Amino acid sequence: MSEQKKTLTQGFKPGEFFQKYTMIIALVVVTIVFALWPGKQGLILQPANLTGLIAENGYVFILATGMLLCILTGGNIDLSVGSVVCFTAAVGCTMMAAGANMWLTVLVMLAIGLAIGAFQGFWIAKIRVPAFIATLAGMYAFRGFSNVVLNGYRVDIANEQFLMLFGNGKSSYIPDVIRQGIPSLDTVFTKDNAFLSGLIGQNFVTKFNLTCMCIGLIAAIAFVALKVHKILSQKKLGISQSIPGQIISTVVISVLVLWVSFKLACYRGFPMVLIWIALVLGIYAYITTKTAIGRHLYAVGGNEKATALSGVKTRNVFWFAYANIGLLAGLAGILTAGRAKGIDPVYGEGYEMDAIASCFIGGASAYGGTGKVSGMIIGAILMGVINKGMIIVGVDANYQKVVKGIVLLIAVMFDVLSKRQKR
Amino acid sequence: MAKILLEMKNITKTFPGVKALDNVNLQVEEGEIHALVGENGAGKSTLMNVLSGIYPHGTYEGDIIYDGQVCKFSNIKDSEKLGIVIIHQELALVPEMTIGENMYLGNECGHKFAINWNKTYSEADKYLKMVGLEESSKIQVKTIGTGKQQLVEIAKALAKKARLLILDEPTSSLNEEDSRALLDLMLSFKKQGMTMIIITHKLNEVSYVADKITVIRDGTTIETIDNHGKEPVSEERIIKGMVGREITNRFPKRENVKIGDIRMEIDHWTVHHPLYPERKVVDDVSMYVRQGEVVGIYGLMGAGRTELAMSIFGQSYGVNFSGELKIDGQHVKLRKSEADAIKHKIAYVTEDRKGNGLVLSQSIKVNTSLANLGAISKNTVIDGDKEYAVAEEYRDKLKIKTPSVEQLVGNLSGGNQQKVLLAKWMFAEPDILLLDEPTRGIDVGAKYEIYCIINDLAAAGKCVVLISSELPEVLGMSDRIYIMNEAKIIGEMPANQATQENIMAAILRSGRGA
Repeated sequence: MSEQKKTLTQGFKPGEFFQKYTMIIALVVVTIVFALWPGKQGLILQPANLTGLIAENGYVFILATGMLLCILTGGNIDLSVGSVVCFTAAVGCTMMAAGANMWLTVLVMLAIGLAIGAFQGFWIAKIRVPAFIATLAGMYAFRGFSNVVLNGYRVDIANEQFLMLFGNGKSSYIPDVIRQGIPSLDTVFTKDNAFLSGLIGQNFVTKFNLTCMCIGLIAAIAFVALKVHKILSQKKLGISQSIPGQIISTVVISVLVLWVSFKLACYRGFPMVLIWIALVLGIYAYITTKTAIGRHLYAVGGNEKATALSGVKTRNVFWFAYANIGLLAGLAGILTAGRAKGIDPVYGEGYEMDAIASCFIGGASAYGGTGKVSGMIIGAILMGVINKGMIIVGVDANYQKVVKGIVLLIAVMFDVLSKRQKR
Repeated sequence: MAKILLEMKNITKTFPGVKALDNVNLQVEEGEIHALVGENGAGKSTLMNVLSGIYPHGTYEGDIIYDGQVCKFSNIKDSEKLGIVIIHQELALVPEMTIGENMYLGNECGHKFAINWNKTYSEADKYLKMVGLEESSKIQVKTIGTGKQQLVEIAKALAKKARLLILDEPTSSLNEEDSRALLDLMLSFKKQGMTMIIITHKLNEVSYVADKITVIRDGTTIETIDNHGKEPVSEERIIKGMVGREITNRFPKRENVKIGDIRMEIDHWTVHHPLYPERKVVDDVSMYVRQGEVVGIYGLMGAGRTELAMSIFGQSYGVNFSGELKIDGQHVKLRKSEADAIKHKIAYVTEDRKGNGLVLSQSIKVNTSLANLGAISKNTVIDGDKEYAVAEEYRDKLKIKTPSVEQLVGNLSGGNQQKVLLAKWMFAEPDILLLDEPTRGIDVGAKYEIYCIINDLAAAGKCVVLISSELPEVLGMSDRIYIMNEAKIIGEMPANQATQENIMAAILRSGRGA
C-alpha cells in the first residue's frame, strides 16, 4: 500500500492533467482561435473588449453562483431567476424614479429577491413541489408582475451614484488614486519614455491606470501565497497531491490575473462590476468549500437519505439554496438595471439558461453532489468569450445561439466521457 | 464424465492500475451447480461480467469456450442469445411496471411495432408457474415482497431461454425461509438439466447446493473443490481457501466484560407503517440495554427489526408513535428529529450502506465527519486540517484499506465502505449504537474485523444493539438476545442459554400462535 501512496504523490500524469483541466484548455484554445481570426487578429484581446466581456457577463457570474448551489442539492435548477431579475429591477427603478434613496432602493431590491427565493424555497423544501415546476411557476408570475410594475413601459435610472456603483458608464471604474495622488508620475508615463511605452504600448501609456495594475498585482500575490500555504499544509499532513499540476495551475492563474489587470489598466481601469463579481465568487467559493452548510449542499446532492439520517435537516438545505439564489437574483437585478441605465419589461429573459449552462459547462453534475465555484467561473468565461468572439468576427445572431447549444452539448459530453473512463 | 459446457481459460483483466483477474480458469460441466466463492473484491463479479459480455471481447485476455465454441461477446445480447443469463445481486426490476412487463423488458413479445400483450402475459404466467410463484403476471412488481421479486428475476431469466444461469448473491436480501426455497428451486432446475453458477457469501448455502466450488482469491483461482464426497465440504474448509488461513474462531473473544446499569430502555413501543397507518410495524415492544452490553436482536427479514431501530433513532421511520423512551432513567420526549437522537448520543448504523448510509460521490474524509461536523468546525467554518486528522485516525483505528482518505467512498469495496460507515458513527461519539446488519454482504476477513470493533466498543462502555438475520452472528457476539417476529418481541434469553434450535423454535411457536 505504501507503494500506491507514493505513485499518487509522485510524478506528473499528462492524462490526468488534461482530464482535470479540460475546460481551461478549451477556453485557451477558443480564445486563441478568435484572436487569430483572419482580419480580426487580436481584436478580442483589446482592452475595451476585455472590459466589455466582464461588464456584459456580470449577471451570468452572479446567477450561476446561485444556480450552482441549487444544482449541487441534486440537479435542481431555478427557472425563475430571469423573471426575478426583471422584477427586482422594475421595483428598484420605479422607486428611484419616484425619488427614493439609492441605498434604501438597493436594500429593498435585495430583500425582495431574498423574499421571492424563500417563498419558492418554501414550496420546494417544505411542500416538496418539484423545483422545476415551482420555479417555472415563478418564471411566469414574476414576468407578469414586472409588467404590472412597469405598466409595460421602460423606466430609466437617473441616480448617478447608483449608475456609478453598479453601472457600466465611464464613471463606473475605480479611480486611479495612485496617479491622482502623485501627479509627477504623468511625466514618467509618456510616449517618450521608450521603456514604458515599449512595455505598455504607444496608445495606452499616457492613460495607464496604475491603481488597477496594483490591485491585480496584490491579488496575484495573495493567490500565490494562499496556494503555497495550502500545498505546504497538505504536505505537512501527508495528503497526496500532484505538485507539478498545482504549480502549473497556480502559475497560469496568477499570470492570467496579472494579464487581465494589465489589459484593464490600459483601458479605463478596474470596473466596479468586477468588485461585485469578485466579492460574490469569493464568498461562495468559501461557503461551498469551508463551511458546514456548504458541506450539507454536497451531501444532500450525493445521498439525501444518508444525509438526513446523519442528523442534517435536509429541508433547510434546500430552502437555503433557493432563498440564496433569490438574493443573488436581486443583486443581478441591480447590476442589470445599472448597466442598462433602466429596465425594460423583457429584460432578463433567458438569463436562467445562461446560468444553468455555465454550471454544467463548468463540470457540475446534473445529478447533484459535485461541482465547484471555480469550474463554474471557467464555464461562464468560456460562454462569454464565445459570445463576444462571435460578435467580433460577425457571426449571424441566430447562429450564435446554435453555437452556444453545440458548445454546451460538447462540454457535457467531455465531462461524461472522462468520468466514465475513471470507473 | 459429463460434457464441459463452459470453460474460461487464462482470463486476465486489467483496469487502470489494478489487475482484477490474473490467469483465472473456470470449468463448468453441463447440468451442475457451480459455486464461485471468494472475499469481496476477489474478482468474482468481474469474472462474470467478462463472461456475460459486459466487458466485451478485446478488453481482456484469455478465451471463453462455451459449448465447444470460442466466444467473442461484444455485449450482453450476444451472450444471452447463447443462453448465458446473469441475475445481478441488486434486483433490476421496475417497481411501477407489472411482472409481465418486467419479464419481457427489452425482449418484448410480438411484432416490432406492436407488443402482443396476451402472449406476453400468458407466457409470463407459464414461467411464473415454473418458479413456483403464485401471482398473476399482471400485478405491479412493487406490490410483492423481495423474495417474490427474486423469483420474478429468475422467471425473467428463464423467459430468455437460459441454458447457463448465473446468480450473483441471489439470497443476500432474502430471509432464511425464502433462501431455502430458492436453493431448492435451483436443485429442481438442476434435475431438469439446467447449468448454474452461484456467487454467494453464505457458505452453508454453498455446501447445500453446489456440486463444485471454485475459490477465487486476489484475482486468481485458488482451487476447485468437489462437493460429491460423503460428507458435505465443511465451511471451515472453504474459508481456509478464501482467506488463505484457517479461521478457528469466527467470533473474537470478548475481554473484560463489565456490564453496568441500564442506559436505554423502551416501554410499550409501538410504531405504525408510514404508508398504511393501520398496520403496526413495531408492536408493543419493551426492551433495554445496559452499559457495556451487546444485545442481539434476531429476527427474520420483515420482522420489524430495522423499523424498531429507526423509530428509536429520532423517529426516522414510521408514524403514530406511542410508548416511552428512557435514557439513563430519564424520560425522553418524543420528537421527529435525527439531530435530536444524535444529541442524546444514539447512533443508527443502517443496513443499507449505499442507500441510507454513505454519500458515495464524496471522500472518506467527508463521510467520516458528516454526522458530527460541529466537532471539527468553529462557527460553522470547517477546520480542514482537523477533519483530515480525524479521518486518518479512524482509518488507522478501523484498518480501512485505502491509499488516501481523499478516496471517493464509491470506489471502495463493501467491507471498507462498512468500516467508513462505522467510522462516521463512532466519530459522532454515541453511547448507544444501533447496528443494523453491520456485516451484510461483506467477506469473512472484514466481518472478523467488524466483530473486533464491536467488542472494543462494548469494552469502552458503549451499549451496542446488534441486529442481524444471521443466527451464528447473534449467538457468537451477544450477551443477551431478543427474538423478534411479526413486529413483536417474542422472547429474550441470555446468550449462554441460546442455541440455534431454541431460537428457531421460539419463532415457530409464535408463528403458530398468531
